[in-house]
Amino acid sequence: MIEKLLFQTLIGLSFSMYLWLLAAGLTLVFGVLGVLNFAHGSLFMLGAYATFTFYGKLGLNFWLSIFLSLLCVGGIGVILECLFFRRIYHIDLPYQLILTFGFILIFDDLVKMVWGGVAMIPPMPRFFEGNFNILGRPFPYYNIFIICAGIAVALLLWLILEKTWWGRMIRASASDREMASAIGINIPLLFTNVFVFAAMLAALGGALGTPVRVVAPGIGTAMIIQAFVITVIGGLGNLKGAFVGAIIVGILTSYGILLFPIFELFIIFVVMAIVLMVKPQGLFGK
Amino acid sequence: MKRIKFFLLLALIIFLFSLPAFSGKYILYITIHILILSVFALGFNLLLGYTGLLSFGQAGFFAMGAYACAKILLILPSLLLGTMTGMIAGALAAFILGFLCVRHTRIYFSMLTLSFGMMIYSLAWKWREVTGGDDGLVGIPRAPLEIPGVFSIDMNPMGNYYYYYVLVISLLAIYLLYRLIQSPFGLTLKGIRESENRVAYAGISVRHYRLLSFTIAGLYAGLAGSFLPPLENTVTPPIAHWTHSAEPVMVTLLGGIHTFSGPIVGSIVFYIIKDIIVRYTQYWLIWFGAIIVFLVLVFRGGIVIFLIERIWPLIKWR
Amino acid sequence: MAILLRTEKLKKYFGLVSAADHIDLEIEEGVLTSIIGPNGAGKTTLVNLLTGNIFPDSGKVFFKEEEITHLPIHERVKKGICRSFQIMNIFPKLTVFENVLIPIFALMNKSLSFYKLIDDHLDAKEKAEHLLNEIGLIDKKNLTAGILSHGDQRLLEIGLAMAPEPKLLFLDEPTAGMNPIERIKVLENIRKLSREKRSTFVIIEHDMDIVFSLSDRIVVLHRGQIIADGTPEEIKKNEEVKKVYLGEEIFWQKR
Repeated sequence: MIEKLLFQTLIGLSFSMYLWLLAAGLTLVFGVLGVLNFAHGSLFMLGAYATFTFYGKLGLNFWLSIFLSLLCVGGIGVILECLFFRRIYHIDLPYQLILTFGFILIFDDLVKMVWGGVAMIPPMPRFFEGNFNILGRPFPYYNIFIICAGIAVALLLWLILEKTWWGRMIRASASDREMASAIGINIPLLFTNVFVFAAMLAALGGALGTPVRVVAPGIGTAMIIQAFVITVIGGLGNLKGAFVGAIIVGILTSYGILLFPIFELFIIFVVMAIVLMVKPQGLFGK
Repeated sequence: MKRIKFFLLLALIIFLFSLPAFSGKYILYITIHILILSVFALGFNLLLGYTGLLSFGQAGFFAMGAYACAKILLILPSLLLGTMTGMIAGALAAFILGFLCVRHTRIYFSMLTLSFGMMIYSLAWKWREVTGGDDGLVGIPRAPLEIPGVFSIDMNPMGNYYYYYVLVISLLAIYLLYRLIQSPFGLTLKGIRESENRVAYAGISVRHYRLLSFTIAGLYAGLAGSFLPPLENTVTPPIAHWTHSAEPVMVTLLGGIHTFSGPIVGSIVFYIIKDIIVRYTQYWLIWFGAIIVFLVLVFRGGIVIFLIERIWPLIKWR
Repeated sequence: MAILLRTEKLKKYFGLVSAADHIDLEIEEGVLTSIIGPNGAGKTTLVNLLTGNIFPDSGKVFFKEEEITHLPIHERVKKGICRSFQIMNIFPKLTVFENVLIPIFALMNKSLSFYKLIDDHLDAKEKAEHLLNEIGLIDKKNLTAGILSHGDQRLLEIGLAMAPEPKLLFLDEPTAGMNPIERIKVLENIRKLSREKRSTFVIIEHDMDIVFSLSDRIVVLHRGQIIADGTPEEIKKNEEVKKVYLGEEIFWQKR
C-alpha cells in the first residue's frame, strides 16, 4: 500500500508540472496586468493542438514542434492582448471576467472546427520510449522528463524575475503601475511581453503533454479549474505559491484518482476550503 | 415611459396566454425554453446586477434542480412535488456551497463558483448509480399536476397544459423577484454592490446577505431546472457544464445587467439568434463567444438600456 | 460622565512602523473630542481600530465596558458606533434618498423585508426625510448620489454615518474640500446634535479654527502615541504640541 501511494505521488508530481506551467502564466498575468484570464486554459489547449499538428500530423521533430507551437500561441497571445485585453484593463471586474469567458467559447469551438471534436493522441517520441523501474513498477522516462522540465521552468522564472532587468521591471510594474510608468517603463509594451510570455508557458504545458495526454477540446478548461484552486491555495499573484500549490494539487488529485475515483475533484476542494478557512489569502498570499 | 412599459407588459402577457391558440408545438416548445432560461437568468442577475457577484457555476444548481425533480418524478409522479423538490435542491446546494464562497473577494468568488459548478458536473458524469452517468436519467414521465384528493390534471403532450403550468409558475416567480428588488432587501443588496464597507457601517452583515442572495439565485436556477425533465423526459450531465453556465451570463449581458427585464429580453433574443445561427453552422458557440466579446467591448449596457437611451428619445420627439 | 469607549494598550504595526503605539484612551459621553496630529500620526488608523475596519496586533477596546476588540464592523454599529470616511464611501448609483434608506432600514431591522415595497414603508421614509432635512439635502433627495457636488457628497457621507443613530460617531475630516458656507452648515449641525446629547462626536480634523471652536477636549497624536490630551486652553499652551507642529507654526501664530 505504501508503495502504491509513493508511486502515485510520483505520478502526481508529473501531473503537477502541467498544472504549474498553467498556473504560472495565470499568476503572472494576474499579478502584473491585474486581469484574471479565464481563457488561459485555452492557450494550453492550443499549444497541445499545435504540437500535435506539427509533430503528430506533419512528422516534424518533437523539439522543433514544441518550439513552433510556442511561436504560434505566442502570436495568438499578441493578438489577444493588443486587440482585446488591452481595452479591458480599466473596466469593471465582472465585464473583464465575462470577456475572457467569451474567449473560452470561441477557442473551444474553433478547435472543433479545425481539428474535429475527436480526442487524439500522438505517438511518444522515440527518445523517451521506455520506463524506469521505481519501487518495482514501470515509471515512464517521459514523466521524469516532465518533472525535470517543470523544475527547470521554476528555476528559470526565479532567475528572470530576480536577476534580470526585465524581471525587475515586471516586479516594479506589478507592485505599482503608475510609478513604474512615471519612471519611464513602457507599460503597454511590457504588458504585451508578459502576456505573451505567460501564453507561451501555458502552451509549453500543453505541448509537453501531447505524447501522454489526450488532445481534445476542453482540456484546457478542465485544468483551469485546478489552476484556480492552485492560485487560491497558493495566494493570488504569488509564483512561489503557485508552484507549491501545483505540487499539492497534483499529488492530491492523483491520490484521489486512486482512492476515490468518483470524488477526486472533491478532495482538492476540501483542501482548498480548509486553506481558505485557516488562511484566506492563501498560503503565501498577503 | 411608465405607461408604455405597463402596456407592453400587458400585451406580452396576453400574447403568451393566447399563444397556443395560433401556434404549433415547436413554438410552444421554444417558448417554454425561453421561460426556463429567463427564470434561470433572473436568478443569476440577482447576484450580478443587484449584489455585484459574478457566478459562473449557476448551471450546477440548475442541474441539481433538474436531477432532483427527475428522481422524484420517477418514484412519485406528481408535478408539483417535482417542481418543489427542484427548487429546494437548488436552494440547498446553493446555501451549502455559498457558505464557502461568499466570504471571499469577488475574484475568488467567481473562480470558486466556476469550480463548484464543474464539481457538480463531474459528479453527474461519474456517479452512475445515482445520476445514470453520461446516459443520464431517462423515461421521466410528464407527471400529472395534482393535489391528492383534490384534483388531477393530466399533462400529456396532447394538451397544452404543461405550457400553461410553466407559464403561470414562471410569471409568479418573476413577479415575486420583481417585488423583492423593490423591497428593503433588494435595496440593501444594491448597497452591497456599490459599497460593501458602507453597508457594513449601516449595521448589515454583508456575508449573510450575499449568502441569502446566492441561495435565492440557486432556488431560481433549481426551479428553472425542474421544468426540464417533464418537458424532455430525460436529464443528462451537459446541463451542469460550464458552457450552460455561460447562457445566463450571455443573455443577461445581452439584455442588460442593470435592468430587471434585461435577462428576459436577452433570453428571447438569444433563442432567436441561436435559431438563425444553427441553420448555417453547428459551431454556434463561436458566435456566442464573439457576441459576448463584442458586447463587452462595444456596448455593455445591453439591449434594454440601448432602447431606453437611444431609441426612446427618437420616438418621443416625433 | 459615563465612559463610552476605552482602550487598553492598543498597538498596531504596519511592517516596522508603529501606527498605534500603546494607546490608552477614554472617550466620555457627551464630550465632543477632536483628534489632531501631523500627517502620518496615526489618526485614521486609530479610528479604523476603534470602528472595526482593522484589528489591533495587541491591546483591547471596550465599549460601555463590553470588549469589542475583534468584533466585526456591523456588530459594532449595532452596539452604537459609527463613522464617516475621509475618502467618500457613499452609494454612487443610488439616489440620495435610497442612500440614507439603507442604514435606516438596517436600524429598524427591516433590511430583510422582501415582500413589502420600499414605497410602502412610510415610517422609514419619514425618518429618511427627517435626516435629509437635518443635513440640508432634502431638495436633492431624488438625485443620483454620484452626480452631487463634492460638498454635498460629503454631507451625504456624514448623513450616512448619522443614520444608524449611533451613540458614538467618528467623523474623519468631515469638512475636507468644502466651501466656507457648507463648512458652517456642517459645524452647526455637529454642535446642535452634540448639545442635544444624541451622539458623542469624535472628530479628526486639520482645520484648527474648527478644532478650537468646537471641541470640549482635544487629543494630540504623534507617531502613533498620544502626546497631549486636554481642553483647548491646555493644548494651546502645550510646548510638546507646539514642537510637533513646528512646520505648521502658522496655525499657532493665529491663536
